[in-house]
Amino acid sequence: MSRRNTSLSIETPEGVEFSFDLATPVTRCLAWIIDVAAIAAITKGIDKVANWAGKLNQDWATAVAVILYFVVSIGYGIVLEWRWRGQTLGKRVLGLRVVDSQGLHLQLSQIILRNLLRVVDMLPALYLVGGLACVFSRNCQRLGDLAAGTIVARERTVQAPDLEQVAPAKYNSLLAYPHLAARLRSLANPEAVGIAVRAVSRRDGYDPLARIDLFHELAGYFQSLVRFPDAAREGLTDEQYVRSVLRVIYGGSNA
Amino acid sequence: MIIDLPRFVMAERPYWNEMHTLLGKLESEPERRLSLEEIERLHYLYERCSSDLSRLDTFSTEPQLRAFLESLVSRAYSEIHETRARKRIQWKKLVLSFPRAFRRHLGAFRLSVGVTLLGCAFGWFALRVDARNKAVLLPFSHLMIPPAERVAQEESAKQDRLQGVKASFAAELMTHNAQVTVFAMASGLTYGVGTLILLFYNGVILGAVTTDYVTGGQSLFLAGWLLPHGSIEIPAILLGGQAGFILAGALIGWGDRTPRVQRLRAVASDLVAIVVGASVMLIWAGTVEAFVSQYHQPVLPYSLKIGFGLCELAALVFFLGWAGRE
Repeated sequence: MSRRNTSLSIETPEGVEFSFDLATPVTRCLAWIIDVAAIAAITKGIDKVANWAGKLNQDWATAVAVILYFVVSIGYGIVLEWRWRGQTLGKRVLGLRVVDSQGLHLQLSQIILRNLLRVVDMLPALYLVGGLACVFSRNCQRLGDLAAGTIVARERTVQAPDLEQVAPAKYNSLLAYPHLAARLRSLANPEAVGIAVRAVSRRDGYDPLARIDLFHELAGYFQSLVRFPDAAREGLTDEQYVRSVLRVIYGGSNA
Repeated sequence: MIIDLPRFVMAERPYWNEMHTLLGKLESEPERRLSLEEIERLHYLYERCSSDLSRLDTFSTEPQLRAFLESLVSRAYSEIHETRARKRIQWKKLVLSFPRAFRRHLGAFRLSVGVTLLGCAFGWFALRVDARNKAVLLPFSHLMIPPAERVAQEESAKQDRLQGVKASFAAELMTHNAQVTVFAMASGLTYGVGTLILLFYNGVILGAVTTDYVTGGQSLFLAGWLLPHGSIEIPAILLGGQAGFILAGALIGWGDRTPRVQRLRAVASDLVAIVVGASVMLIWAGTVEAFVSQYHQPVLPYSLKIGFGLCELAALVFFLGWAGRE
């Protein structure tokens, strides 16, 4: 199995790199299940209308139903991905989006091609070919994606973090020790900081005991990196300590 | 290097917000054309955000802001660096893109015709060698009976056997043939092997049917039965094969040093134009097969049916060969 990337990086001519988080085969499969359910619901609707119209003219009602089944099964992905800029219902629910593998505009021809080539990806049954291609390809692409030059990416947060909510610029006792603050900035792990940011921004939604445990653990982690004097930590709860740490990491001075 | 992140965010946020708004407008109105001032502003904002993203690299502990800036830069990048024309639906251009794509890849079409003819030759040979092969080559009930017997049945039929099912029969034919055509194209993903097998198999059936009816002395019936819809349906499947071979050619890339992704990107529009064009042809062919082909002399004289088929073929050749020539 080729080593699978979790993200696809693109370097712009200006020398700046940005990346797309790739959807995993499991999330893609879940999105597909939702899409299959949506298609089944639409065809059920067509069936109902055809049954009703059959009372007027059975032959024409059947003909229209046969054509509509075909159009829906092929056109569902094409129309939705074009109208919703790379998303079907399943992808929208799971926060996925089809994007051009070079970071450019997703073209209609790419959308049509990846949807038409689905007939091979679905062989012999239950998306086996496409699923295997997804698992074995470096960027989790099914054959249709490879041919159309597309990838399926996870959608990113498009809002800038509100740092004032997370760590307000109040008096911060830790900043009285600039050498230790600098050491904390250099040692803090980005992932742990990310977890702390999320924990602080969602803190009001936690169960009180879970909230105490979570911040105790985070405070313990940051204390293990840099030991501030007791005077700096005096009177601070674990949660306040974590918020002070975030203020240190984000920079800034005592207000 | 960023020393004070909040101050940096405070200073840059107005530019990010401006770019976010501008990109939102562009994405929600793809047809919108920017003025020169707007283009210059977008470019300035893109460069500014790119530079902010680079500066943020020196501040490794802030993943969320980085993700936000990456999303802005990636969106702006696709707007600025895209060189392919925006697809505005222009019906005339859309219709003409089909014959133009066909002519750009004549080699693949010739290959498609060649493989089908090879299949025809095999079908002819297999039936000539042993007539019992018919049961294997043509496992369809209406083709199993001797041609002369079938012709007698069809010509003496007093009732319309498609009465009340003509439209649904046409719909079944359209969707089935469109599936075959799409499959012929999609099978190009197997480096052309799938397309090759499919075309060869179609050729075998076509060759065997032709041999069966010609040797049975029923050439006129065969021409009258097949030509009205076959003159469009068979070329449509050949076009599906052509698309399959184009796809395979882009995957293999003989003598082409450009990366595979670029090769596939270069043929994507042509593949879509050919397959969509062939599918439209099959809608016509399905209708003709249900409403015209199944009616024989004396209801519809063979000369009329053959003449109609030849006219269709001539129109198709003219359209594919000359429409949209510059």
